[in-house]
Amino acid sequence: MELLLQQVMAGLANGAIYACMALAVVMIYQAIDHLNFAQGEMAMFSTFIAWQMIAWGLPYWVAFALTVLVSFVAGVLIDRVLFRPVQNAPILSQIVAFIALFSILNSSAGQIWDFTIKNFPTPFGHKPLFGGTLIDTHEAGMIGVTLALLGLLYLFFRGTRLGLAMRAAAANPESARLVGIRVGWMTALGWGMAAAIGAVAGMLIAPVVFLEPNMMIGVLLYGFAGAVLGGLTSPAGAVIGGFLVGIIENLAGTFIPYVGRELKLTLALILIVVVLMFRPSGIFGRRVVSRV
Amino acid sequence: MKQLTRRGILRSGAGAIAFAAPLLSVRIARAKNSGPGVTDKEIKLGNTGPYSGPASSYSAVPKAHSAYFKMINDQGGINGRMVNCISYDDAYTPPKTVEMVRKLVEEDGVLATSATLGTPCNSAIWHYMNQKKVPQLFVATGATKWDDPKGHPWTIGWQPNYQSEGRIYATYILKEKADGKIGVLYQNDDFGKDYLKGVKDGLGDKASMVIVEASYETTDPTVDSQVVDMKAKGVDVFVNCAIPKFAAQAIRKAAEIGWKPLHILSSIGNSVGATLKPAGFENAKDIVSDFYLKDASDPKWKDDAGYKTWAAFMDKYLPDGDKTDAGHVAGYCLAAATAQVLKQCGNDLTRENVMKQAGSLHDFSVPMLLPGITANTSATDFAPLKQVQMAKFDGQRWNLFGELIRGAIG
Amino acid sequence: MTTVPKDAVAGAVPVPVQGSLRVRPTVRHLVVAATIVIAALIPLVAQSFVLFQLTEVMIYGLAILGLNLLTGFNGQFSLGHSAFYGLGAYTAAILIHNYEVSYLWTLPAAGGVCFVVGFLFGLPALRLQNLYLALATFALATAMPQILKFHALEAWTGGVQGLVVDQPDAPDFLPLNTDQWLYYVTLVVVIIMFAAAANLIRSRTGRAMMAIRDNPIAAAAMGINASLYKTLTFGVSALYTGVAGALSALAVAYVAPDSFNIFLSISLLVGLVIGGVGSIPGCLFGGLFVLYVPNIANSLSTGLAGAIYGIILLIVIYVMPAGAAGFTRFALARMQGLRRP
Repeated sequence: MELLLQQVMAGLANGAIYACMALAVVMIYQAIDHLNFAQGEMAMFSTFIAWQMIAWGLPYWVAFALTVLVSFVAGVLIDRVLFRPVQNAPILSQIVAFIALFSILNSSAGQIWDFTIKNFPTPFGHKPLFGGTLIDTHEAGMIGVTLALLGLLYLFFRGTRLGLAMRAAAANPESARLVGIRVGWMTALGWGMAAAIGAVAGMLIAPVVFLEPNMMIGVLLYGFAGAVLGGLTSPAGAVIGGFLVGIIENLAGTFIPYVGRELKLTLALILIVVVLMFRPSGIFGRRVVSRV
Repeated sequence: MKQLTRRGILRSGAGAIAFAAPLLSVRIARAKNSGPGVTDKEIKLGNTGPYSGPASSYSAVPKAHSAYFKMINDQGGINGRMVNCISYDDAYTPPKTVEMVRKLVEEDGVLATSATLGTPCNSAIWHYMNQKKVPQLFVATGATKWDDPKGHPWTIGWQPNYQSEGRIYATYILKEKADGKIGVLYQNDDFGKDYLKGVKDGLGDKASMVIVEASYETTDPTVDSQVVDMKAKGVDVFVNCAIPKFAAQAIRKAAEIGWKPLHILSSIGNSVGATLKPAGFENAKDIVSDFYLKDASDPKWKDDAGYKTWAAFMDKYLPDGDKTDAGHVAGYCLAAATAQVLKQCGNDLTRENVMKQAGSLHDFSVPMLLPGITANTSATDFAPLKQVQMAKFDGQRWNLFGELIRGAIG
Repeated sequence: MTTVPKDAVAGAVPVPVQGSLRVRPTVRHLVVAATIVIAALIPLVAQSFVLFQLTEVMIYGLAILGLNLLTGFNGQFSLGHSAFYGLGAYTAAILIHNYEVSYLWTLPAAGGVCFVVGFLFGLPALRLQNLYLALATFALATAMPQILKFHALEAWTGGVQGLVVDQPDAPDFLPLNTDQWLYYVTLVVVIIMFAAAANLIRSRTGRAMMAIRDNPIAAAAMGINASLYKTLTFGVSALYTGVAGALSALAVAYVAPDSFNIFLSISLLVGLVIGGVGSIPGCLFGGLFVLYVPNIANSLSTGLAGAIYGIILLIVIYVMPAGAAGFTRFALARMQGLRRP
């Protein structure tokens, strides 16, 4: 029983990482309607920028704020400059552009900052929470920040005019233009926000997994799985999906005999696919019924 | 105007002969005693390494290897010849390795390859190199199979192989905690499985002491769950065969959950700078590991002559290189071994002689090998490095203890 | 937040304008024939190593054709084709290594195994769209290396150490070396399979496939059994990529589990798009790109090879958003003075 509880908690802790990433994935999906393969690398690059600032002597919160700002601007620029030439191209071509961005960011980070792992500070500390050994303060902080971000996003999209405009631009660009919404800038704003969220995710994840150029590859996989499981149309669903993926994977690895330990990832993914069989739009996603 | 005297003719004739003779002799020497890729001014070598892709963290090895030969060339080359080391990216994918090595052999015409990296990559070209009779020198992997002079006479390994390291850990465990319950953390690929096999083989009929075999993939974000699992199952001997990132995560997590097993760390993940510092020095106290290279980030070697030579090399030829990355030390040593082989060849630079000299290393030492450890090979022994020494971490540095241990071949 | 999940692929293939851009059949046949003749003559002048590279180009082209049948012509997005490639490669390797089957029989065997697996995978895939399908295929791609490394199967697969494959020799009456022989075998297989694919696309089945891609509801309303066609396409697509994998096992002479990971799937996808989604000849261009451009990037800078590859990719996509085939179509149209409505 204690093992079960411990693995669930470890799964929640891992799941917090995936949930963070899943939120960024859904954010960009809401803005541009497809998955950005380079999301993880953008987050990793932002985290390196933060690390560099801290290495140059800036205090943590200053570096944090600056990084979020820089990432936001970079996200907007990437959309306006890099993806402008392909915005009318077929979607598969846009996906290739994402792949190109992934390659560029990963390689540059390796060249600039090398491949040895680096410690990234956390404002929450690494002390065990409530004195127990199940979860530590940083992991709890990560969960807290993810939920807070989720809450802020909800308020933004539901409660502000800008949020409404973004949702309109993503849902139906033609009609949005007709009512005077600058669709191009809404997309860019979506990119900027996704990049900023990604940066926060990266800075929360790095203290756990250690900072290095390849740190996000696995995380993006799981974050994507979590987002899909929860439903790409629902940020809350994505966060819950992320936590679920973490728990499922940990439990599969520990409790399924014989195959569990080596095929952990496979089993987790198979489970997700099975869920999708019954809920093809994810657990919390909405089925869209369109008129023919 | 010069006079056409007899003395003049004789003198100029002698001069002409003196001038031509070395040319003639070299030409004759070249025809008899050089393999492909060799001229009287140059030797061509080649290798492949993972400069891109998910294994790109190992790119430090070929980078240091190439930089070493730049240094050699600045120092005048080997027996008057400059070494041209051509290095290609294979992204750690065997099909690409095959393509690039074939390019090196068939298009670039190299004399030999040196320090090609990765077990699957070297496995992919193993037959090819032996079929084409091209020396595959000092492969940068610790698999056991490279020591096979009968079956694959053109391939030679370098570092102590993983299985023998695993056996050494098993021997240590049997001595220190013969009633222990062992958990092994290993990467789910060739080197990880080799370590696991070595440990279990070394335990012999006590292999049942291993109660948890926890694997991880390089795409896993953390190994926290594996560590938690081991503690819950009562493991009290932890054999940590992970690469630095995961080894550090495991060390930190163990400390966080208050788990203090007998902690054995493999040589892959024991660097002070790359693993222990991120993990936290206080968390790494009393960890035991084995070494054959000097840890460049361990302050104890600060005034060591060998370390200073290597550090000067890094400062001049790889100024942006991270000195805590053990790959730079490994690449340096591999290149030094190849350079020694070429030196021993003298002017007889045929491929046959290169392999002969590779199999004739006697007490060859490199600045960054542990004191007392040297490379030795013979016609029946293609495992240059066989010795390791154990060390314990005291919270600040590694303290070597015991004798040099000779690893039994797996 | 109810965004309509746009169909990932429906917009991907530029609908060819009927009639106006079609090249005259005789010209097309001449071009194909000329290409085949040139391809057949290359081994007489090229070095072994270049032949090896060209063999790999053809193999990648075939694998990309498999992906093209599924994604380009049938609209089902797949990130999982590295699994079929690996499955085909391992089928061939296991048959040769463990059971000493002749190499020529391994090709249909690999194709058959992959067809079955692809078909079976296509069944649950029917319920999934776009990114959800992408995840499912992605799960497949991630599972394959893990399964290949699984210790219970080690006796057959060789586990993490992989399997060495003995390369076939040319038959005694032909004065060819192994590289030349493998080149010709691959060439023949590729010609046959490309011709079959072209035939398939032009037939009723092909039109049904494309109808399902362009407008699934209308297609169903016209009486096309979408489920049957979609699963069959999955199977055929897997078959093509599986045969390519088997050929690669022969050419490289070695198989290892981690060669067949998600990055291979991504390479195939890149090759598909660069060649031209929905274009059969484009697949060969995609194969050329996948093999040679990483080498070019590497020769410019070893440390930043990945970044340069990304930059080249971006430039190519900017200049040719519809791939090489789309670009060729556009150029031909310009030359013929026709304009698209």
